[in-house]
Amino acid sequence: MNEPMNPQRRKTLGCLAAWSGAAVVWTLAGGVPRALGATSPGGIAATSKHAFTFAQISDTHIGFHKDANPDVVGCLRRAAADLNALAQPPALVVHTGDISHLSKPEEFGQARELLKEIHVDRVHTVPGEHDALDDGLAGYLKQFDHDGKNRAWYSFDQGGVHFIGLSNVLNFKLGTMTSLGAEQLAWLRKDLAGVSRSTPVVVLAHIPMWTVYAQWGWGTADADQALALLKPYGSVTVLNGHIHQVLQKVEGNVALHTAMSLAYPLPTPGQAGIGEPGPVKVPAGELGKLIGTRELTIVRGRHELAMIDTPLDHA
Amino acid sequence: MKFSNLMFAILLTAPAHIAGAVDLATVEIKKFAFEPKEITVAPGTKVVWINRDETPHQIRTDDGSFVSKAMDTDDQYEQVFAKEGDFSYVCTLHPFMTGIVHVHK
Repeated sequence: MNEPMNPQRRKTLGCLAAWSGAAVVWTLAGGVPRALGATSPGGIAATSKHAFTFAQISDTHIGFHKDANPDVVGCLRRAAADLNALAQPPALVVHTGDISHLSKPEEFGQARELLKEIHVDRVHTVPGEHDALDDGLAGYLKQFDHDGKNRAWYSFDQGGVHFIGLSNVLNFKLGTMTSLGAEQLAWLRKDLAGVSRSTPVVVLAHIPMWTVYAQWGWGTADADQALALLKPYGSVTVLNGHIHQVLQKVEGNVALHTAMSLAYPLPTPGQAGIGEPGPVKVPAGELGKLIGTRELTIVRGRHELAMIDTPLDHA
Repeated sequence: MKFSNLMFAILLTAPAHIAGAVDLATVEIKKFAFEPKEITVAPGTKVVWINRDETPHQIRTDDGSFVSKAMDTDDQYEQVFAKEGDFSYVCTLHPFMTGIVHVHK
C-alpha cells in the first residue's frame, strides 16, 4: 500500500468537469488517513471494503454570486452528486468552514438544505470567518450547533476515529491572526484527556493551523498550543480550508492539510502580481489548470506513509 | 452645521498640511487595505468607509467602541467621531488589515 508516488493513484476529478471544486475523500488505513483524491468512481478502487472513509468539502460560500463563480449552489450540488455516486460511500462529510458568504440567515438555511443532498448520516461543520459576521457565531449556531451546547467546538467518535471540530475565526488582536482562545484550548485539553494515544485523531478547523502566510492572516495565532496537546498522539490529521487550495505540512505525527474551495480559487500565498487574497477570476478554460496543481506529501508516520492526492480539473 | 460648514470652507482654503481635517472623510477599502490607512479629522467629523473589493470586510475598533456591519462590494459604513482620540481599527475578517483615525481639534 505504500505507493504514494504511483501516478496511477493520482486520479483526477472526472465528474466535476469544471474547475470549480472538488471533494477530497479520506480513508483510514493503519491509522493514518490518506487522501485518495478522487470523487471519480475509480479513485477508491484500491480501498479496502472495511476501511472507514469520509469526505471533506470546504468554503462553499453560499451567497457568493460574483464573476469568480456565479453558481456556487450548482457546484455544491455537483459535489454532492459525486459523493453520492461513490462506490464506497463516505461514512460522513466534514465541511471546514465558510459555509456562507455573508453569514445571512437565508445563506445558512440554504446551505443546510443543500448539504442534506449528500447521502451521509451527517455533515459535520466548523465555522469560517464568513460565518461569523455581524452577530458573531449566533447565526451559524442556529443551523449548525452540533451538540446543542451553543458553541462552535465539539468532538465525536466514529469509525475508531476521534474527531474534533474547532473554531479559529474569532479572538484576534489588532493586526494579528485569529486564534482559538484560552477557553477553547482548555476544552481541548480536557477533551483529549479521555482519548487513548493510539486513537487516530482528526481535527477540523477553518483557518490553517500553521502559519501559511501571516501577511494575509493565513494562520492561527495560538495553533502551537493546540498542536502541543496533540503531539503525543500517534496519528493526528488536521483538516483546514480558508485558503482555497491544497497545501500540506507535517510535524512529527501531525499532518496538516488545506483543501480546495467549492466556490472560487484564491491566489497562492503572496502570489506575484496579485497582492491580496481575493477571488481569482480566470477564464473557464484556464481555471482548472490554475487550481490543478497536484501535490503529494509523504509522511513518515509511525505506521506507514500517508499520502494526500488531490483531484485536478483535466478537462 | 453652520459652524462646521464654516470650518469646512476655512479648511478648503487652508494650507495642504492640515487639509485632512474636514467634516467628512472617506476611506476606501481596496485590495484588502484601507486608503488612506491613517487619517486625521476634527471632532464631529463623519468618516465613511466604502468597500471596493469583491470580498466583504467588516470594521471594528480595537476597543470595540464601534463595529460595522459586514460590507459587501460597494457597501458603505459611516461613523461620526465626536470625541478626540486615536481610534485604531481592524477588519474582523482580515485582521491584518489595520487603520487608524486620529480625532483632534
